[in-house]
Amino acid sequence: MNIPDNLKYTKDHEWIKTNGDEAIVGVTDYAQNELGDIVFIEVETVGETLDKEETFGTIEAVKTVSDMFMPVSGEVLEFNEDLEQNPEIVNSDPYGKGWIIKIKMSDLSELDGLLDAAAYKELL
Amino acid sequence: MKNTAFLKFHEAFGAKIVPFAGYNMPVLFEGVNAEHETVRTTVGVFDVSHMGEVWVKGPKAFDLVQKVTSNDVAALTDGKIQYSCFPNKDGGIVDDLLVYRINAETYLLVINASNIDKDWNWINDQNDLGAELYNASDEISQLAVQGPKALATLQKLTETDLTTIPYYTFKKIDFAGVKDVIMSGTGYTGEKNSFEIYFNNADADKIWTAVFEAGAEFGIKPIGLAARDTLRLEMGFCLYGNDINDTTSPIEAGLGWITKFVPGNEFINRAYLEKQKNEGVTKKLKGFELIDKGVPRQHYEICDAAGNVIGEVTSGTMSPSLKRPVGMGYVKSEFSDLGSEIYIKVREKLLKAKIVKTPFYKG
Repeated sequence: MNIPDNLKYTKDHEWIKTNGDEAIVGVTDYAQNELGDIVFIEVETVGETLDKEETFGTIEAVKTVSDMFMPVSGEVLEFNEDLEQNPEIVNSDPYGKGWIIKIKMSDLSELDGLLDAAAYKELL
Repeated sequence: MKNTAFLKFHEAFGAKIVPFAGYNMPVLFEGVNAEHETVRTTVGVFDVSHMGEVWVKGPKAFDLVQKVTSNDVAALTDGKIQYSCFPNKDGGIVDDLLVYRINAETYLLVINASNIDKDWNWINDQNDLGAELYNASDEISQLAVQGPKALATLQKLTETDLTTIPYYTFKKIDFAGVKDVIMSGTGYTGEKNSFEIYFNNADADKIWTAVFEAGAEFGIKPIGLAARDTLRLEMGFCLYGNDINDTTSPIEAGLGWITKFVPGNEFINRAYLEKQKNEGVTKKLKGFELIDKGVPRQHYEICDAAGNVIGEVTSGTMSPSLKRPVGMGYVKSEFSDLGSEIYIKVREKLLKAKIVKTPFYKG
């Protein structure tokens, strides 16, 4: 199970990678493995400002559909358009090309409440 | 929870095992899309030993099978197979099944694992005719070997020319050194020249090992229940419990072709179903394709353009072969014509879809 040290995690299996007050968000290797083949990803919240833990999109595997939640509060700036045609990228590269949204964080202190790699590993 | 004779092989392949219809069954091996593709492009093996087998024998065997099944058993000859269903007395379906005619006084009924007890009780309750019944479900193993390389794989293991076993026929043959194996030209994938093989549990190791050795050059792989479902859905085949059940009639389900209102076929509830056929039904099971993006799933509502509920999705998936979202569901008859525009309600949104012909996948 791949859990990079440089990311923060939620108990709902999202990861976040920050760059100033912007960040990209995806789902973890564990999550993609549990979901199995991902067939559709829907994000219709671009341009909206959402609270921490609010649903920003849904991810559909062959047998299941799951909501994806904001790790921290902020505005959804962008959806990774490559995933519209090729959602399986999330299976093959969950921390790289399979990133899902870019956000502008509204409260950087919320990052302190997230799990680090060791704590996330503990959770699994 | 019961185990099939193949559980140790599934575990060795790293299968994800789940309880299904009272059995520990492999739902997933390497991934549903990859497994699906294996069956569509080369050859895959399904452990379907959970399926039930009931023998009906004796001078009254024909009469009982004719009574409890909707298809016309008189149309069968030795070595032929029929898809059929058990109608109940309330307009619904007890189960769908395959009927094998071994000879005029011996029939094999192959039934769904989830319905073995229900079917067994039902058949016995209807058997005022005195046919001999035997439930062999726990003694028989079954493998489905499906895909373009299924025939080439299996042919290595028998002297019998497998091209002499066309679709919906069977032979008892020597196979992989085992006598009296039932080689059946059937399957739940829509693949041509593919087979289902029935044998005693005691021969399971020998046959599994031989089949995987024979198929190695074609990249043979074990296939789980998840891909079994996507494969059958691409063909528009009904799954009992999803698309048909105790409350849906074969006429509503589009199974009129296995419900034969011919002289001499006085099956249970014939009069009611014949009336449905003649007078029409208010809902029909239809295939649809989503036009908007999304994935239809069982129990999602089907609506008209105004959002009024006109039906319900019974099966749905992103078709691995077509890369398009497809499904089946019951819709009010006035919306059931090919090309009709319908909407699938997905998380409070109406996604446009249209009624299409099945199979979705045409090979």
